Amino acid sequence: MSLTAPLETQQGVQIRQQVLVLYLASSALDARVIGWSTYDGTGATTPTTGDSDVPPYETGLDALKDGWRLFQAAQLLPPQPGHEYDTSFLKHEFFFEKLVQR
Amino acid sequence: MHRKHLLTSVQMAHFVANGSFRMDAVVPAEMNAQAIEVLDQGIPAVPYGTPLAQTFPDGSFVQKLVQLPEVAGAIHSLVGPDPTVDHHAVHIRKANEGEAQNLHADAIIDVREDAFDVQLMYYPQEVTLEMGGTLSVPGSHLRRTNESDTGRYQNLRGQTRLTCPAGTVVFLHHGIWHGGRRNDSGIDRYMFKIRFNPTVRQVRLWNTDDLYDPAVAEELGTYFPWYENATGRLELYNRVKLWQALTGDDTFDPEYWVTRVTNQPRRVVAQRSLNPHAAKEMA
Repeated sequence: MSLTAPLETQQGVQIRQQVLVLYLASSALDARVIGWSTYDGTGATTPTTGDSDVPPYETGLDALKDGWRLFQAAQLLPPQPGHEYDTSFLKHEFFFEKLVQR
Repeated sequence: MHRKHLLTSVQMAHFVANGSFRMDAVVPAEMNAQAIEVLDQGIPAVPYGTPLAQTFPDGSFVQKLVQLPEVAGAIHSLVGPDPTVDHHAVHIRKANEGEAQNLHADAIIDVREDAFDVQLMYYPQEVTLEMGGTLSVPGSHLRRTNESDTGRYQNLRGQTRLTCPAGTVVFLHHGIWHGGRRNDSGIDRYMFKIRFNPTVRQVRLWNTDDLYDPAVAEELGTYFPWYENATGRLELYNRVKLWQALTGDDTFDPEYWVTRVTNQPRRVVAQRSLNPHAAKEMA
């Protein structure tokens, strides 16, 4: 097995992963989208920092309805004692994927 | 410097809430016309921490820039008299440059609660959306993150993709999340920045005539569209703490966020003799 082997179907069609990261206003998947990032494994597009002011979906649930598959959600972690009022990274991060033909 | 050039309390509150303060077209057109040539020649570096008064030669372009009354007034209001220059740099994002900077905060994580540096950013040209003006995230400056660890975040709701007229100066709190956007235009984009360190306590350095104007609390109560529901409340808490430090007034707390969670009464009014669980008198 090669670490660089592409995903291929038996018909020789190459499949690539597109990744959508949504940051939501609460830990609920149907909460409002407050931030977003996209990474395109097909190489057809080059999304980057500051390229849009309009979120791709209004809520995380809307992404599911459009066919994105959730594969990771941020854990809910209690604050460290003494740091209850500190703010840092966005807390409610959800990773989605679509597998598409290149 | 005449006090009319100092920032007002409402403007300072805007800075404390947003982490930035912009002054559109504050630099005269004749200076902007010279700027590209001056910046192309480069601005000689100085050692970290050089007093501002010793950093730029008399009569030089940058000396004139920082001595413009409105600019000098803003510097004084934010970091006080006699700040030092941490460093300065000319940033040029070339025409059709292929990459954007990751979202980041400059230097390293900075957890000071009652002091901050500011960065002056001067844009000598009109900046259009296509030219990839600086991206910044209003209200992100109090988040405790280290440099480009935020690089995963491409877009946040309510972010600022700077477009501005020529001669605009923006002051940024040292902690604000920002990055140079990809320049998709055919024009090289110029920006000159100076980071200032305060040398005095940053208490009431601005024009405080309007300190109790209700608009101050309105500015400090601003919610930004990218704030999470819960963490957004902590932003207001931290903002109130910063305003208390800048004004020296720890009673300022319009929404009671700080007072509520620091209220620890000590007076005991229930007598032990009225406690049904208290030990009875020994026989």
